[in-house]
Amino acid sequence: MEYALIIGAKSDIGRALAARYARAGYNLYLAARKSEELTREADNLRIRYNVRVATLEFDLLDTGNHEEIYKQLSPRPAGTICVAGYLGDQKIAEIDFSEARKIIDTNFTGWVSLLNIIAEDYESSGSGFIIGISSVAGDRGRRSNTIYGSSKAAFTTYLSGLRHRLHSSGVVVLTVKPGFVRTRMTEGMDLPEKLTAKPEEVAEDVFRAHRKARAIVYTRWYWRWIMWVITRMPDRLFQRISI
Amino acid sequence: MELTNWGRYPSIETTLHACRSEGDLRAILSDDKKIIPRGLGRCYGDSALNSDILSTLHLNCFRAFDEGTGELTCEGGVTLEDILYLFVPRGWFLPVTPGTRFITVGGAVASDVHGKNHHAAGALSRHIRGLKVMLASGETIFCSRDENEEFFHATCGGMGLTGIILEATFRLIRIPTAFIRQETVRAADLDEIMNLFETSSDWTYSVAWIDCMARGGRRGRSILMRGEHARMEELPGRKIAEARMYGKNSHMTVPCDFPSLSLNRFSVRAFNEIYYRKTRHGISRSITGLDAFFYPLDGILQWNRIYGKRGFTQYQFVLPKESSREGLDTILGVIAEFGQGSFLAVLKLFGKQEGLLNFPREGYTLALDFPIRDGLFEVLDRLDAVVLDYGGRHYLTKDARMAKETFHKGYPNAGRFAEIKKRYDPDGKFQSLQSRRLGI
Repeated sequence: MEYALIIGAKSDIGRALAARYARAGYNLYLAARKSEELTREADNLRIRYNVRVATLEFDLLDTGNHEEIYKQLSPRPAGTICVAGYLGDQKIAEIDFSEARKIIDTNFTGWVSLLNIIAEDYESSGSGFIIGISSVAGDRGRRSNTIYGSSKAAFTTYLSGLRHRLHSSGVVVLTVKPGFVRTRMTEGMDLPEKLTAKPEEVAEDVFRAHRKARAIVYTRWYWRWIMWVITRMPDRLFQRISI
Repeated sequence: MELTNWGRYPSIETTLHACRSEGDLRAILSDDKKIIPRGLGRCYGDSALNSDILSTLHLNCFRAFDEGTGELTCEGGVTLEDILYLFVPRGWFLPVTPGTRFITVGGAVASDVHGKNHHAAGALSRHIRGLKVMLASGETIFCSRDENEEFFHATCGGMGLTGIILEATFRLIRIPTAFIRQETVRAADLDEIMNLFETSSDWTYSVAWIDCMARGGRRGRSILMRGEHARMEELPGRKIAEARMYGKNSHMTVPCDFPSLSLNRFSVRAFNEIYYRKTRHGISRSITGLDAFFYPLDGILQWNRIYGKRGFTQYQFVLPKESSREGLDTILGVIAEFGQGSFLAVLKLFGKQEGLLNFPREGYTLALDFPIRDGLFEVLDRLDAVVLDYGGRHYLTKDARMAKETFHKGYPNAGRFAEIKKRYDPDGKFQSLQSRRLGI
């Protein structure tokens, strides 16, 4: 069976996606920083799903190593799932550019570096899939996430461009836009229960959208309509509301 | 956040720290907060409550499984349900299981849970081959019967007070099918049911529902259920195709809190009467699924809501075998007179066991639910005195209210436990509402 490469495999959404793809029979490459911490998860997936699992050390910000790490993978992964992300601290990012840069580089620049290499590979082989976990935050900038939101907007646009580029080669590119998800990133935040998904729901939505070769999936699904309203709201009104 | 355990009493304001790695655990332990680890919060009272709680639910990886011996190593946050879904279809089952599968392995070890096979297989601790535990210092140690032996015995049944159970190793048992060959036997009174337990000692599983509201000559009337894992050739034809199947069963959810008066002496009496009478005289035989036999209440999600907003407490005690007959008779008398017994009362004969804070010992255990009402605790205090008089003790995992003195009289090894705890947790890092209440 084919391998899927999951980058950000320690995150809650990464774990849920690894389990979902393993359940579907995919072997896995789990990538993250401090990859020794992935050993537990690798054991777990092997026992639960009887698939092959390899772990690898990978840092999105260390762009100089991306090509070498990817070329070492044998067999090459049939699909790449991009989960890693960094919310950062908006208040710090406003006054300290190094925080802003870390947010931008993790959510956008790092992916451009890696996915350029992978897109090249998939394009020449005429197959593959790329799944990027972006965010509804990228649909319209807000005061509470000027940097995170714009970095996700850039990632969304980049994925959209990749989809356009790779369409004729038969490579599927899926953009995932989660709303609120109960993860480490949102721990301690007071999230509305009805609008908040569990990582497992996100994984299931992603897997289904991938199977149907969809271009964009919102999860939970009604975020599409929430964002439809938010993105169409006249600026004069938008300035007055606090979201 | 406001948090309770399964009995929904007591309820306290807590901070829940979710941990995803040993690094996370160390970070929290390095703070000078007192802490108690918590899994699914299925203990009934205040064992897994504290102002700071460390949730182990994300630490839920399987680490190793030996297909030959059934030896499984998994993390503390793995649930029994996880294990069943994965391993029943492969022909394995838990060596010991309590009446719910919605608990974590860490919680099961800390409570040293028992099941319907205690008389034959002992409690869970008998099957644990090794534990990996994080101490208050952040250091991790392995313990087993050969290594750090004292610490091992203190941790099995230690209510999470010795450290955080990171991993447990135990052997699953082979089962021929995912069905149980069950016999149901009606007993007219206490003598008859106790006799039945004695004569059923060859059965792997046995437990009885008891009508705790029955008075006079009917006192102690019960229905014994005993079972064995069904062999393939015992299955009726239509069940052979699903002999190894174990899937998500359908379930109901209790949608809201029941009004507190819906369970009263009349409704419970009526229920018990019907329940008792629907079982035929003599022995009824059937082939039943694992869930129906071991986890009947798991089919009704949030069943704790039937006891209303104020919650309930489950009262479970064990009496030494010698004094069980007389003791149970006295206690059932008090309960029937009080008139607040529940329809979920369970009687079971335990086999031999020793331990520090471990609950089981040879003799009869009775468990029943009481909705929290004014005047309840006074009655339970009276019952406590009777239980102690007959040399019995109470199950910490169910307890929410007993007095410190009651605990210490029932658990003569508590001092020994405290000594061991002191050595491994000198600053008393691991504490719960219960451990402070009982002075553990």
